[in-house]
Amino acid sequence: MDTDVAAITTVFTEFYYWITVALMFLIHVGFCMYEVGASRHRNHMHTLMKNSMLIPLVTVTWFFFGWWIYWAFPGGPGITGGLGHPDPSFAAAYTPWGESMGPRLDDRISGVFWAAFLLFAWTAASIVSGAVIERIRSFAFWIFAILIGSVTWSIDAAWGWHFNGWMVQLLGYHDAYASGVIHAIAGGTALGVLVVLGPRLGKFSADGTPRDILPHNPWLVCIGLFLIYTGFWGFYVACNVPVAGPGFIDGQITGSTQTATTIYLTPTTLSAITMNFLMSLAGGMLAGYMVSKGDAFWTYSGGLAGIITASAGNDLYHPVQALIIGGIGTYLMYKLHYWVERTYKVDDAVGAVAVHGYAGFIGLVIAGFVLWGHPSSPYEGFAEINPIGQFVGAIIMFWVLGFLPAWIIAKILASFDLLRIPREIELLGLDFQNNKEAEAARQSVVEGMRSSSASS
Amino acid sequence: MSTTPISSWKVDLAEVTQIYPWVGSEVLMAWVAIILWLLWHVWQLKHENAAYDEEIAKHGDEMTVRNAVSDHE
Repeated sequence: MDTDVAAITTVFTEFYYWITVALMFLIHVGFCMYEVGASRHRNHMHTLMKNSMLIPLVTVTWFFFGWWIYWAFPGGPGITGGLGHPDPSFAAAYTPWGESMGPRLDDRISGVFWAAFLLFAWTAASIVSGAVIERIRSFAFWIFAILIGSVTWSIDAAWGWHFNGWMVQLLGYHDAYASGVIHAIAGGTALGVLVVLGPRLGKFSADGTPRDILPHNPWLVCIGLFLIYTGFWGFYVACNVPVAGPGFIDGQITGSTQTATTIYLTPTTLSAITMNFLMSLAGGMLAGYMVSKGDAFWTYSGGLAGIITASAGNDLYHPVQALIIGGIGTYLMYKLHYWVERTYKVDDAVGAVAVHGYAGFIGLVIAGFVLWGHPSSPYEGFAEINPIGQFVGAIIMFWVLGFLPAWIIAKILASFDLLRIPREIELLGLDFQNNKEAEAARQSVVEGMRSSSASS
Repeated sequence: MSTTPISSWKVDLAEVTQIYPWVGSEVLMAWVAIILWLLWHVWQLKHENAAYDEEIAKHGDEMTVRNAVSDHE
């Protein structure tokens, strides 16, 4: 910060990421409201705590190894480079004892950048949380939260959401606002857990017909989704580098114009992503309202699915493209949700696999066609964006890094009887004991007041 | 004497790097935190299992479960 311009740029960048962190907190508030609203009264507090405690657990593990993985694995390792590719000293700096992991005056960006990525990690874990409510053990869910929050999402970001990730180099993978690297992987992870965990008791009749287990509080669910929309602004903005000159991009871009860029260092503008965010939200809500015939939960979820579908290319799409892509993704994810539920008896309590997983997957594939031939990077020699690269990328996100690790861990936990709560507890309700104690405390107070009243 | 590398702010800030206490013990601090994190999971697993066992012992009889299902909300 030896010049005024350098100081302003640094302090602006620091403040920029800090604001995104504060905004992204709202995503988590929204997820908690949404999940608690979707659960039945007798499971409320357990549902809230299951989600809330992923915050400290993903935070500490992100500090211990998640952030290091991001900087250590862009080359695979062994695909386009070794551990720490392209600069091993960067990865070393982000070990929990590394030089960039504590307050220092010569590095004002690493901490806020770490935090912005951490909030993405919370989001990924929180997406899984809603799908598995009312029957998963807290211990098991927190293992999955750490798995996706601090391991698999970090690997996928290194591979496909890093300016030098091997998927960007070899596949031309483009996923500017995380259709795949957050949403598809989270949907795949949720599905991997769900197929082992099984449905909530009573979800399916004896002949396999699904029953609707309605949200206890639909209003709270919708407001939760509204808050997630709000927090999503922070998420989108955090996906950009706010100010980059050609020098920052190693002189690949000529001239002297400063620009915002995506995580791939490809130029974009805040205006572009703001318009496209809103248009894809609109496309999703319109399609969600239509396909669900005005159901509030699916209309709000449709808005989210619309954004998620268009997110892979929302740095570049025309707003009308974002609108239509958002609508298509929402329509398809809704249909897929009910088809999978009927066919495979998967009980996804909040539609997380559909809204995040299917919409994210579809969004990646669509981006491959719509952005076909666009440079995936400012660097020479990287593959261009193309349908096959995007499709392979979607498979990697949803199935390879999402479904598969979660399914394996779920199988292991189930073999030790550590995945699902005991049947009696599920029937009683997870809050049964607490509710009994609360009722006893209430009765005790009432009796005390009655005796005071009688003696006066 | 200071636990941080800073004993006076009469310095050129361009020369200042770390400002936290106990610079040089980062590896030790990280391992202490990692061990505490793992112990937390061990404690939590035991606590969760014990809570379920206790609840089933107290309320897991057929009548209570049936009533709870009837009150189901």
